[in-house]
Amino acid sequence: MSNKEKKGGQQQEGITRRVFLGETARGASVATLVGVGLWAKAETAHTLPLRHIRPPGALVEQDFLAKCVRCGLCVRSCPYDTLRLGKVEEPGVVGTPFFKAREIPCEMCEDIPCVVACPTGALDKGLKNIEKAQMGLAVLADQETCLNFLGLRCEVCYRVCPVMDKAITLERLQNKRTGRHAMFIPVVHSDHCTGCGKCERACVLTEAAINILPIDLVKGKMGKHYRLGWVEKEKKGGPLAPNIINKPLGQWGLDP
Amino acid sequence: MKLTRREYIKSNAIAAAAAAAGITLPTTKALAETQGDESIRWDKAPCRFCGTGCSILVGTQKGRIVATQGDPDAPVNKGLNCIKGYFLSKIPYGRDRLTQPLLRKSNGVYDKEGEFTPVSWDEAFDIMAEKWKEALRKKGPTSVGMFGSGQWTVWEGYAASKLYKAGFRSNNIDPNARHCMASAVAGFIRTFGIDEPMGCYDDLDQSDTFVLWGSNMAEMHPILWSRLTNRRLSAKHVRVAVLSTYSHRSCDLADNELIFKPQSDLAIANYIANYIIQNGAVNEEFVAKHTNFRKGVTDIGYGLRPEHPKEKGAKDAGNAKASSPIDFEEFKAFVSDYTVEKASQISGVPERNLEELAKLYADPNRTVMSLWTMGMNQHTRGTWVNNLVYNIHLLTGKISMPGNGPFSLTGQPSACGTAREVGTFAHRLPADLVVMKKPHRDIAEKRWQLPEGTIPAKPGYHAVLQNRMLKDGKLNAYWVMCNNNVQASANMLEETLPGYRNPENFIVVSDPYPTVTAQAADLVLPTAMWVEKEGAYGNAERRTQFWRQQISPPGGARSDLWQLVEFAKRFKVEEVWTPELIEKMPEYKGKTLYDILFANGEVNKFPLSEIQEGYENEEAQHFGYYIQKGLFEEYAGFGRGHKHDLGDFDTYHKVRGMRWPVVDGKETLWRFKEGSDPYVKKGAGFEFYGKPDGRAWIFALPYQPPAEEPDFEYDLWLCTGRVLEHWHSGSMTQRVPELHRAFPDTVIYMHPDDAKKRGLRRGMNAKITSRRGEITTRIETKGRNRPPRGLVFVPWFDARRLINKLTLDATCPISKETDFKKCAVKISKA
Amino acid sequence: MKRARLVGQEAVEKKGWLRTHKWLILRRSSQFSIIGLFLLWPLAEIHFIQGNLNASLILDLIPLTDPFLASQVLMAGLGMEYPAMIGLAVVVGIYLLIGGRTYCSWVCPINPVTDAAAWLRRRLGLQKGMGLSRTTRYWMLAVALILPAVGGQLFWELVNPVTLVQRGLIFGVGLAWVVIVMVFLFDLFVSSDGWCGRLCPMGAFYSLLTPVALLRVEARQRDQCNDCLDCFKVCPEPQVIKPALKGAATGQGPTIQDINCTNCGRCVDICAPNVFEFAIHLPDKSRISL
Repeated sequence: MSNKEKKGGQQQEGITRRVFLGETARGASVATLVGVGLWAKAETAHTLPLRHIRPPGALVEQDFLAKCVRCGLCVRSCPYDTLRLGKVEEPGVVGTPFFKAREIPCEMCEDIPCVVACPTGALDKGLKNIEKAQMGLAVLADQETCLNFLGLRCEVCYRVCPVMDKAITLERLQNKRTGRHAMFIPVVHSDHCTGCGKCERACVLTEAAINILPIDLVKGKMGKHYRLGWVEKEKKGGPLAPNIINKPLGQWGLDP
Repeated sequence: MKLTRREYIKSNAIAAAAAAAGITLPTTKALAETQGDESIRWDKAPCRFCGTGCSILVGTQKGRIVATQGDPDAPVNKGLNCIKGYFLSKIPYGRDRLTQPLLRKSNGVYDKEGEFTPVSWDEAFDIMAEKWKEALRKKGPTSVGMFGSGQWTVWEGYAASKLYKAGFRSNNIDPNARHCMASAVAGFIRTFGIDEPMGCYDDLDQSDTFVLWGSNMAEMHPILWSRLTNRRLSAKHVRVAVLSTYSHRSCDLADNELIFKPQSDLAIANYIANYIIQNGAVNEEFVAKHTNFRKGVTDIGYGLRPEHPKEKGAKDAGNAKASSPIDFEEFKAFVSDYTVEKASQISGVPERNLEELAKLYADPNRTVMSLWTMGMNQHTRGTWVNNLVYNIHLLTGKISMPGNGPFSLTGQPSACGTAREVGTFAHRLPADLVVMKKPHRDIAEKRWQLPEGTIPAKPGYHAVLQNRMLKDGKLNAYWVMCNNNVQASANMLEETLPGYRNPENFIVVSDPYPTVTAQAADLVLPTAMWVEKEGAYGNAERRTQFWRQQISPPGGARSDLWQLVEFAKRFKVEEVWTPELIEKMPEYKGKTLYDILFANGEVNKFPLSEIQEGYENEEAQHFGYYIQKGLFEEYAGFGRGHKHDLGDFDTYHKVRGMRWPVVDGKETLWRFKEGSDPYVKKGAGFEFYGKPDGRAWIFALPYQPPAEEPDFEYDLWLCTGRVLEHWHSGSMTQRVPELHRAFPDTVIYMHPDDAKKRGLRRGMNAKITSRRGEITTRIETKGRNRPPRGLVFVPWFDARRLINKLTLDATCPISKETDFKKCAVKISKA
Repeated sequence: MKRARLVGQEAVEKKGWLRTHKWLILRRSSQFSIIGLFLLWPLAEIHFIQGNLNASLILDLIPLTDPFLASQVLMAGLGMEYPAMIGLAVVVGIYLLIGGRTYCSWVCPINPVTDAAAWLRRRLGLQKGMGLSRTTRYWMLAVALILPAVGGQLFWELVNPVTLVQRGLIFGVGLAWVVIVMVFLFDLFVSSDGWCGRLCPMGAFYSLLTPVALLRVEARQRDQCNDCLDCFKVCPEPQVIKPALKGAATGQGPTIQDINCTNCGRCVDICAPNVFEFAIHLPDKSRISL
């Protein structure tokens, strides 16, 4: 091999290396840019929009998105065509399963086929009793248009509730306006509401007054520094401070 | 949980959504809507659905109903409605509304097996008249018939009754109220000699005690239930007891829930009477002055076909109403058999609950209101159990006073006003007159200006008998109007449909919508509904309410009244009456039934000018006189001065209804009680003036088992009924998308253990089968109704799943009302 | 000027059209029938396979899981349940045997799109376009796998055209066709073989499963090569051919060893002198030619 050739070879090698380095840098930059772009997009695109409800047993949204492989097995297992997979144009749910209560609510199958079908555990296999599901929480948000608050006899949400008398109860109030009718006010109880959405679906108003919302948005949380006396007493089955006497010295005029 | 950025975004989104959900509208839009609203005309009408009779204001604009509201000043509902009433504005506008007559034809001519083909009204009436005349010619008046409705307006029922009983001289006209209120009617007539409740809705605001005997008021009479509930909330001493064969929404309010075995309400009622006597709670003065004791015949059968084994041996079946006088001691001895132990054993209700209930009735310081609907009426001993509940009120004297009294609730908007008061039953004439009694026929013939002997003396075919006679080919020209009887009749595959499709018969159905019944017909007539015509309804508390025509019916649809009166023009009197009869009034020769029945100088005496300006009245304009007023005034003449007084026609158009008897312009809230009823003589205290001696009858009647009971193969009771969202067969409410969505398909309400035993789970499809038919639908174990083990409940509104394929056509032998609440079925996986 | 000879013209003249498109037809059949099998469930209620290419279940028994996606899930750190893990093992096993990028040519629904773009590019005589390196995809792969580890979710799934399209085909298209058009235009006007050959991290992932694969294309008759260059022109990864075809002197080949060979078989089809063929190399050094 001649010198010249060698030199030329080195030069060529140099060019190749430069080209290689250049290409590498370009490839890495493209990939990095894509990564940054994805991160930014994920912040908005992976926020579950309101009115989109995950199937029963879905992990908290962050974990769900880490585990759901968008395979649609839950969708195919749903006997009521409740679930569907988000399409490309639907931000927040791209490829992931959800339902909209107002369209088709969850029928709360006792055997929970969607959870059984999930291959990854994005729907928690620990959920065996559908009544323990927490897909969301029904909130009777608009008390101005809800017919029950107006005294009309609707209560459709109450009667369609699969956990009737636990998740939704009717509170009876007197109708002060008419003076002769009672009102039957639906009250949702978060410890029993599964968020199945039957109530939202059935609400007869043009826009539902009762809606399924994410639990974390709706539920308040009490500080641990205060306890409810009556609850604590019931939990213990007796007074928490047993040594206190109820009527220590009797009462004037009342004791025999 | 820390608030991440994502959650922050989400919570902002919620805030935005909440703001959007508020009521603030963009100003421009709000303005536009207000302007639009100003041109809405509001006018009153009663609700189209149940017997409560809520008052509505109907808003029309450019000939369409654009909105409705509860009338805020109406005494019944004070502006409120149930969820059906909320959607009243939508019921005339179903997409499949019928707008032209449809006749089954092949190759251009009528063919029973042909396809429905649009025809003109002329062609429709031509074929109808031909078939009617053919039937009359061949087999006489008993071969033509009509099935009418408690949803007819007062004058429609009156015109129909007159056309049949006087025109065609056939008593084969019966209303669907036969399926609904007949046992209450028979009960009232038997005990008091006069129909309809003595009290009124004001009792609901005043009573101390409410006892529901087979009524789910919470769903079926929603607005009345809210009144009852309000009373319960407003006074601590108020008690509510609910008797039912399964647990339902009314049980929520119950202080005492009594779930009894089907049919055992008879034993419970007798036990209560026994308790009252044994515990000295009889109001002796009242009983001595105002009651008689009777013992009824008991071997009365079950209203099945005569060849049925259960009928063959029943010796009193032909005379089921008969009774003989007894005295108090005999009555006491009779009910003494019904001890708490025995009642508990028959009914399955714990003794404690029975005693608690009996004490409520026995407590002299307590007012008690008994309420019932189909649980007691749709009962093979429906008349008896009505009688037995009256017994309790009569023994204690708790009747006809504010908060005190038995009150039968009606299911239809004019079961009282039309079916009962007008007398569209096969045995009745207006104002409680009956065809069997010559003096009564005389009154009617005189008022109707007819020759003596026009009205036949023999009662016509009642509802169930009509179906049987259609099937047997004895009833051949048949008109079904304002009801959906194929869906509503028990045992429809064996006893209803065959009659409709019997090649010997011609079936006409008038309806706004293509119901199951319409589809089984040979000719379908498109019908105007509700405020598409001027009308009057009478609700459960004897309140008669009027409305004007607010909108025009669509296309060629015509009101029932127009159809009936126009059809009368097709008959020359010679074609329907015997020459001997015509000879008694030769002036009628050559005239049409229309001339004789409607253009008779009474019905046509009010000119069109009396119609309220600005309102359509298509029938009046068509006939050339204020026909509704004429019919009403002629009809009201029957009752005025005879304890059934109705008010003045024009006044009804101005008020929110009045409760009859309306005497001197004043309505009556409590009948039979001195002071509150103008017909009770001074010093009488009480007077049950339906009976000649003014005394109500207390009946000794036993418990008897039902017609069919579960056995080894058919091991469950089937009970059918309604739901709040749908009214009757759903022909109107199923066409409201929101109501359909709220309860789309019927379900089988079932005890979870019963489901599990059959390998069924909630939501699964199951087949429910009786000896007569089967349907398939979903199982519901957690819903609004919670049956005990051994009983299932299926709502009947669903036209796609006809539960009446399964039910048994057994009836109360006295009232002829079908028992839709009890038959034996089995359930298996679909 | 005489019009340039079309790629494959010679092979068609010599072998006939059908034999020149044998593997192509087989591949298209494979791609479409896989989507078709998934559609049997919703359209005909025939319960053979349900789910989609991300994860599925055959006859309610055999799970399948896409290993690229599974890797992202595992990187996210929350693990997976058994069905998905078993499915992962099954799928990895299959591709270890037949070559990872066989997925790209025989299964991936994007492949017909990029093939079409490449075909049109040849017909229109378009230049190579933007010089993105073929190694870019490995950087993309790195990003796709690292992001879940950092951010705890499957970022790449937001935009992955492969899964967007196959899911769209099986569960309802929506705007997935826009993705198809975008990939097509990118490959046609921006960069030749741009998506599959340079960017797609999924292909990059699958290439890593190839090293021990038994199914290979080999230039068995390389001495017959007439240097027409048709194979280079149709090959989506032309760099894989040279060592096998021209490496006789350096002792390379004749089997294509490059992990980015997609086993598409276009070189087999297009070669007039039948230089190439598919063969299965068994561990005992024996081979079965297909």
